Amino acid sequence: MDKWEDNRAWWLVVPVFLIVAISAIIPLMTVVNYSVQDIFGPGQRVFVGTEWFKEVLGDRRLHEALWNQFLFSGLVLLIEIPLGVLIALAMPKRGWSASLCLVLLALPLLIPWNVIGTIWIIFTRPDIGLMGVAINGLGLDFDHTAAPLDAWVTVMLMEVWHWTPLVVLLAYAGLRAIPEAYFQAARIDGASAWATFRYIQLPKMRGVLTIAVLLRFMDSFLIYAEPFVLTGGGPGNSTTFLSIHLVKMAVGQFDLGPAAAFSLIYFLIVLLFSWLFYQALQNVGTGNKR
Amino acid sequence: MRIQKRTVGLVIYLVLLLLPIYWMLNMSLRSNADILNAFALYPTDPTLENYIKIFTEESWYSGYLNSLIYVSINTAISLLTALPAAYAFSRYRFLGDKHMFFWLLTNRMAPPAVFLLPFFQLYSTFGLIDTHIAVAISHCLFNVPLAVWILEGFMSGVPREIDETAYIDGYSFPRFFATVFVPLIRTGIGVTAFFCFMFSWVELLLARTLTVTNAKPIAAVMTRTVSATGLDWGLLAAAGILTIVPGALVIWFVRNYMAKGFALGRV
Repeated sequence: MDKWEDNRAWWLVVPVFLIVAISAIIPLMTVVNYSVQDIFGPGQRVFVGTEWFKEVLGDRRLHEALWNQFLFSGLVLLIEIPLGVLIALAMPKRGWSASLCLVLLALPLLIPWNVIGTIWIIFTRPDIGLMGVAINGLGLDFDHTAAPLDAWVTVMLMEVWHWTPLVVLLAYAGLRAIPEAYFQAARIDGASAWATFRYIQLPKMRGVLTIAVLLRFMDSFLIYAEPFVLTGGGPGNSTTFLSIHLVKMAVGQFDLGPAAAFSLIYFLIVLLFSWLFYQALQNVGTGNKR
Repeated sequence: MRIQKRTVGLVIYLVLLLLPIYWMLNMSLRSNADILNAFALYPTDPTLENYIKIFTEESWYSGYLNSLIYVSINTAISLLTALPAAYAFSRYRFLGDKHMFFWLLTNRMAPPAVFLLPFFQLYSTFGLIDTHIAVAISHCLFNVPLAVWILEGFMSGVPREIDETAYIDGYSFPRFFATVFVPLIRTGIGVTAFFCFMFSWVELLLARTLTVTNAKPIAAVMTRTVSATGLDWGLLAAAGILTIVPGALVIWFVRNYMAKGFALGRV
């Protein structure tokens, strides 16, 4: 059924528009302003045009950070989305055990991000941390401060531990919103578990899964505090992601111009990919729905 | 047999999920010297001194109060503005609706560090620095778009016949919305409230930049555990455990909304 056509619906959107405009459009304009100027001090600035953009795009360390970032976000999506859906399917539907699962799942999400990094420093220490001791006890030489691969594994584990529950909660809420009648119909038709999942649960979860994919993509692409606290971007530059590179540039070298130009490029990359994901998820499976 | 295999997998996952949190709890019950000295699966000489310090020092517990205040304001603003907007997006076609819907989400796409300086200038101009409301409004940047998106998903799941029937029965829009529609999507409202609470609760960069002392959030207070002698791990772990508690309470209250779902026959 088609939506009702009525431009008066804008009045319902106006409050949201105003509050987001105050907190987004004005600051973004300031950043655009910085990105085309060279700032020496208050009142002393020169218009430099696209100078900073050229400098930033030619930066080799940026390319390295960008590659790390794509690898990281790609792995995050490939691991967390299927894992999250699987766990949501395995969760009990009602009763005290469902409540317990929900509360336990939410725990990692509620710890401030800088604290997560700090706790994982101790958790993975080979001498006094549970994970470090356990892995070394298996006879593996594991030290995320020395070996790039170990650092990557640790950062990925922390990320999957921290954020998979978000996918589970969304997927679970999506599953619970499916009316029971659909499952009764499937049972009467003798549908297999796979068919029930493929033709009822998955299409009905498309909305929440779209949100889950976009959220996980954006947030993992913008990730800063946890890997920075845990590894400091090292060893070497092996776990330096885009935002770690950005903060190094903006704070460490105090280059506001290039940092602003970099931020805009950063924003455009996230925007482009989010849009692609959004389009893909909107169009997938529309043929057999409604 | 299938169901049992599932349950085993779920239990294994939950145990792995709890390990780092158990470790934090373990650390919070030990003194700093003890933590750094030796590996211990459980605290051999448990002490509550870390918790006592947090509950007796004003700078610590006021951090929790500040965070709770601005997070509550933010969740309320986000839900109240997002509910009508999400209804508009899920029910009506209007000029620029699709662009507007996606544009909302783009506000989550810029690295938060980018907004620090402009936000500071903006809120200084209005004299709002170091107030709870400043942090609450700045967090709307990422919470309002999220709230609209999640709520829209749930609202689209409610058949439009329900709206039509209500209007034919003579309900006005506000009365229909408050008495029929909102109860129908309480699952979605519960989930949304939790996410707004959660994202505002753990955000540090903006909250720290916009506050000095009066509205300093707990996450910023925690960064001060670094002293000349190094990090006080035990104290930090205790503070971490305590940051989980309010959110766990929130999800305990909304769990029924999430778990029950809704059966259309009950309307």
